[in-house]
Amino acid sequence: MPQYLLSVWHDADYELDFSTPDAQRQAAQVGAFNEELQRSGSWVFAAGLHPASSATVVRASGGGGVSMTDGPYAETKEQMGGFWIVEAADLDAALQLAGRAAAACERPVEMRPVHG
Amino acid sequence: MSDALEEVFRREAGRCTATLIRVLGDIDLAEDAVAEAFAIAAEQWPTRGVPPNPGGWITTTARNRAIDRLRRESTRDDRHLAAHRLHTDTMDSDHNPELDRLDDFVEVVADDQLRLMFLCAHPALASDAQVALILRLLAGLSTEEIARAFLVPEATMAQRIVRAKRKLHDNHASYRIPRAAELPDRLAPVLAAVYLIYTEGHTATSGPALTRTDLSAEAIRLGRTLAELMPDEPEVVGLLALMLLTECRRATRTDSEGRLVRLSDQDRTRWDRALIGEGHELVRACLRRNQPGLFQIQAAIAAVHADAPTPGSTDWAQILALYDQLYVIRPDPVVALNRAVAVAEAHGPDPGLAALAEVDPASVDHYQPYHAARADLLARAGRHDEAGTAYDRAIELTTNQVERDFLIQRRSDL
Repeated sequence: MPQYLLSVWHDADYELDFSTPDAQRQAAQVGAFNEELQRSGSWVFAAGLHPASSATVVRASGGGGVSMTDGPYAETKEQMGGFWIVEAADLDAALQLAGRAAAACERPVEMRPVHG
Repeated sequence: MSDALEEVFRREAGRCTATLIRVLGDIDLAEDAVAEAFAIAAEQWPTRGVPPNPGGWITTTARNRAIDRLRRESTRDDRHLAAHRLHTDTMDSDHNPELDRLDDFVEVVADDQLRLMFLCAHPALASDAQVALILRLLAGLSTEEIARAFLVPEATMAQRIVRAKRKLHDNHASYRIPRAAELPDRLAPVLAAVYLIYTEGHTATSGPALTRTDLSAEAIRLGRTLAELMPDEPEVVGLLALMLLTECRRATRTDSEGRLVRLSDQDRTRWDRALIGEGHELVRACLRRNQPGLFQIQAAIAAVHADAPTPGSTDWAQILALYDQLYVIRPDPVVALNRAVAVAEAHGPDPGLAALAEVDPASVDHYQPYHAARADLLARAGRHDEAGTAYDRAIELTTNQVERDFLIQRRSDL
């Protein structure tokens, strides 16, 4: 069955803070959505990420060496804050899951088909 | 292409492509097969005559050619799969095993066109991509023709079409008619895309001529197809009625020198009575269902205009009531602007300007019709200096030459 990446987009400077009522509500909604994905067999994997400021970009520099830079690859105002990989029968079924994901985390969700 | 073949192509290409996409499970393969079948027709029909069921002939020939090609080229996995499907005849649960019988083509094809319409106007595609795909796959226009109609380079249009087809393919879009529960969300972009094709034909975004009749004709053809396939959807019928009741004025919208003629100055005796009659009947039929929608109300407004033998006898109170209803469904600045114009006609320029003042100017700063309408109302209210400024802004925003000349004339008449 086709797989799709559902990525969640945040402002680059978001903080992980689960103490606010908003964050608690969103976490509960996402938890319920995850359980539903697992029950329906659509679940493949999901994860929330630490803020983009914690990222390191690594490049292979030939001859086996690597170079590293501090921070995310794309210097944009919005960064990926988490993602799901889901299985769905077709585009419409996947879009329906994406819509529920966006409602659960209360943020925009980008959907892309997994190649292969 | 001979005239007979050209006519069959216009009428059947979209239907044949729609069926072949389902049978072959691949848009590009279907397009190539249909093109090949028409090439064979161009060779054979002049000597052997046009077959009794030209569409069935094209579909069968295209299918057979596609099978031959798949056999020859079955190197790629998906082509293997497609060839396998064709041989085993088991591709979809809704596959019709009677497909081989020509008599059944009409039935099968009708549904396929609807599937293709929903695929082309999938909400995951941008509206320009939806329009391009509809014109290419359902109306059978070449990429060059579509590019010319929308005044973009052919390479740009080709890329837009390729990208849209690839997106649908990569995302595993299904070739199916939406379920009743999905229909409200899925039907709206289909209707919007067809109406966009119509309006582009009605007032071309730019260029020397005011209208592009070919695009309007294609939109009306698509609207008729939709209304045939979904006669119980009042908005589908409303869209067709709106297009017919707008189209009825086409001959009178420009004068002998190609200049724009306003609704109030048009020669109403030259409005197309047949289109008005058909439009009226459709408006009545859909309004009886009592599920008013965007296109039905706009069609009803066009019907009120068409009813008036002279501009002075226009029932503006009725038009204003319809705009009030429209504004409830779509409370946007464009509807508010049209409503304000109706207020001015019903109650005079000053109440019209007051209604216009409720529109947030920032939201319509780049909207040419706002400045043109405001200029006209200001002129009628005797506020000539302000009218001049508004005309200047409208002229600045006008890309269609005919419309521009009209506004420059109005400006100098002040």
